[in-house]
Amino acid sequence: MNATTIPLRQPRRSRRVLHLALILCAVGFMGLFLILPLATVFVEALRKGLPMYLDAIAQPGSLSAMRLTLWVAAVAVPLNIVFGIAAAWSMTHFRFPGKALLGALIDLPFSVSPVIAGLIYVLLFGAQGWFGPWLEAHGIRIIFTATALVLATMFITLPFIARELIPLMQAQGSDEEEAARVLGAGGWQMFFRVTLPKIRWALLYGVLLCNARAMGEFGAVSVVSGMIRGLTTTMPLEVEMRYNEYDHVGAFAVASLLAMLGLVTLGAKTFLEWRHRGELAAHAPGSH
Amino acid sequence: MRKRILPGFGLSLGYTMICLGFIVLLPLAALAWKASGVGIMGLLQLLDAPRARAALMLSFGGAFAAALINTVAGFLVAWVLVRYRFPGRRVLDALVDLPFALPTAVAGIALTALYAPNGWLGQPLFDHGIRVAYTRLGVGVAMVFVGFPFVVRTVQPVLAALDREIEEAAESLGARRWQSFLRVILPLMLPAILTGFALALARAVGEYGSVIFIAGNLPMQSEIAPLLIVQKLEEFDYAGASALGAVMLVFAFAILLVLALLQRWSRRWAELPA
Repeated sequence: MNATTIPLRQPRRSRRVLHLALILCAVGFMGLFLILPLATVFVEALRKGLPMYLDAIAQPGSLSAMRLTLWVAAVAVPLNIVFGIAAAWSMTHFRFPGKALLGALIDLPFSVSPVIAGLIYVLLFGAQGWFGPWLEAHGIRIIFTATALVLATMFITLPFIARELIPLMQAQGSDEEEAARVLGAGGWQMFFRVTLPKIRWALLYGVLLCNARAMGEFGAVSVVSGMIRGLTTTMPLEVEMRYNEYDHVGAFAVASLLAMLGLVTLGAKTFLEWRHRGELAAHAPGSH
Repeated sequence: MRKRILPGFGLSLGYTMICLGFIVLLPLAALAWKASGVGIMGLLQLLDAPRARAALMLSFGGAFAAALINTVAGFLVAWVLVRYRFPGRRVLDALVDLPFALPTAVAGIALTALYAPNGWLGQPLFDHGIRVAYTRLGVGVAMVFVGFPFVVRTVQPVLAALDREIEEAAESLGARRWQSFLRVILPLMLPAILTGFALALARAVGEYGSVIFIAGNLPMQSEIAPLLIVQKLEEFDYAGASALGAVMLVFAFAILLVLALLQRWSRRWAELPA
């Protein structure tokens, strides 16, 4: 990326003024639309001082919300890891009819509104849903329980890991795996000794993004949660509840924890891009 | 014949299909079933109700406007990040993804506090007679926020890979700077720009978390379609919720189709003889 081509006709001075103006425009836009809102979260959270902030975080509501958020992510993310690897393996090493359709289906949750993701589970498992009467007859509840939160979160985050792995595994090809097989490696041996080391950084990258989304998801879980404090409110839902109760500091205190999670994710993501660029997929447009 | 050598085809594809079937297809089928139960005429009637129409207009119109703003701003940011070197560039580059990393509810309350009549930006704007929070303008601001990274991230790699010799050739042949930009660079970037636009549009149309706080959610005025779906669910109007949901789902499919076509187009573009 060589940025210093000599301008051919214009005098240098006006070119530099133009550069500066464009840079200032870009920085200004991002400052106004991205950085200022981020700063607001922390300023509002600390508005009444540090003790109030810590107090808001230590309330039982926030603690149980943190526990639930961690729990939902701890179930949804590993399931997505297995899905992502399986999907990428089948999509990149084999030819089969309907492959393009499968790829489109994997991408679908990206373009579907989170509210739809919640709605479809209500229509499936809710009292008036497909399985509603059957579930009720057997005394099983899914909607308004943590199970529904996991399902909705899985729907939303399903593409994250597969989308990171598919382009990378496509670029890497099958040669090394084939060599391992020819040399006598078993299927799992080949996977753990050859494939996994090749994709580990991309996998980690996908897991980071998947986890951030799983912990921060709001729309989908709010539809299926029923907002039972202490039982079905994850951290983003706790933010909404407190905000609606006019607990301004409390809402922003919980929000600041989520914002920190976001910043840590951004930092780790940037580090991986910088340190292991060659082992990550060239970024597919809009993959997250 | 790699199919014969590598193992795990049945296992991996089977698991993928089962997951997709249960997590994605079966629930979507439930939506299609519920929406089709209303019938086409019933569906149209539900969508023609003034409140539903206003919500859909706001979601699609606002998303379109926000995607346009993001296309211009996103292209500018991508250009600055690729072409110029300045202190803080790497930080700025990393911060582009902030809307992906910041949970939508957090963005929602932060934008509301910022643009409320007593907020940092809301106060001066209010003094000039501009209200942002609790109006349609606020909906637009939130939609710009969530859609911002898409255009930058689709344009950036293409711009970085663009051969500088092409525009140098144009300029040495006598094109002015702006001519080489408009006639040479912009046409080459078009597939990437349109892809970013479509992604930003899709994201903003379906956006919920960051919008509902700043919107004020007045029916017929600042109520977005996803919120109306939630409202209808809370009133146990499953048919109405499904009808709106089906419209948004059809739109999501349409965007996916457009993106696939754009990808094919840009691939053909890349294969053109230089």
